[in-house]
Amino acid sequence: MALPPFQTLLDGHGRDVYRFLTANVGPVDADDCWQETWLSALRAYPSLKDASNLRAWVFTIAHRKAIDHLRARGRRAIPVAEAAELAGAAPETALADEQLWSSVAQLPDKQRTAVTLRFLVDSSYAEIADLMGSSEEAARRNVHEALKRLRKELNR
Amino acid sequence: MNETDDLERRLARAGARLMPELPDLPAAAAAAGMLDLAYTTTDSPLGTLLLASTDHGLVRIAYLDFADRDEVLQSLADRVSPRMLEAPRRLDESRRELADYFDGRRREFDLPLDRRLMSDFTQRVLSATATIPYGSVSTYGAVAREAGSPRGSRAAGNALGSNPMPIVIPCHRVLHAGGGIGGYTGGLERKRTLLELESGRSRLPV
Repeated sequence: MALPPFQTLLDGHGRDVYRFLTANVGPVDADDCWQETWLSALRAYPSLKDASNLRAWVFTIAHRKAIDHLRARGRRAIPVAEAAELAGAAPETALADEQLWSSVAQLPDKQRTAVTLRFLVDSSYAEIADLMGSSEEAARRNVHEALKRLRKELNR
Repeated sequence: MNETDDLERRLARAGARLMPELPDLPAAAAAAGMLDLAYTTTDSPLGTLLLASTDHGLVRIAYLDFADRDEVLQSLADRVSPRMLEAPRRLDESRRELADYFDGRRREFDLPLDRRLMSDFTQRVLSATATIPYGSVSTYGAVAREAGSPRGSRAAGNALGSNPMPIVIPCHRVLHAGGGIGGYTGGLERKRTLLELESGRSRLPV
């Protein structure tokens, strides 16, 4: 089967995977998780049987790495404090982002995964359901619950 | 605008502000023995070149003004391995030697070569070609004889046309017996330019 050059996956999805991981495991561990994700993908790539949805495939690996990572660490994702500042955002924007990410970090795992897939990397509900091994209905519910919690948290 | 839309937008915008310096995947992949093919593009007096190498050495040079980049890369993925990454530093030595050659400071290349993209016959023809010294020329018939195919100057021409590493394997030094310039993978203009460079009569613009 004709697989595209691996670099095209990286060009197409590298940054989105990084965003997803930063919001899910925090900026400090995102580097490691990102590297592990892509090395796992590279290892499995030549024997991949179905290349019809490579983006979903890479995100499935990233999701698994994030879960393993949080489990190994034994606690919730840490806030994304420095990430916005590093990107050169204005101080007030950086502060607002920091608040947002620390609220995201406190969401239950499934809600955090679903809401970050939906709004950070623009996944559809069908894609989220597929990736999380749930129904589309459950994906919608997780996103909805996450937004409800975030709104409550941020308006406190 | 309702509250929910506002929060959704805020998430999307904050996400877009996460602009990471991505870690160096080629280095990690190479360390893990999983980088089958490294490639880069580089400017040259003959236009943009794509260079690709494996663990064994340089495997491909393509004139990108003459071939479609995506097609060249896909063909490498199919014929060598799809585990390929853009990794300029792994081609530093090739780039240096090519730059020296175009500057007229280098007459032979010392790069290890990976010949897997050549058929047996092509390998024999290109090995014969590689012995033609800088600044000299030979003929299709002569390299065919050298490759053990005395009447096969047309076959030799085809083999030269499929040279996966032009410039480094100097197929530009092979001409028709009657003095005609013959063909070239990168177009005849490039063949003339290379022959002129090697004649010492011209310096290439950098």
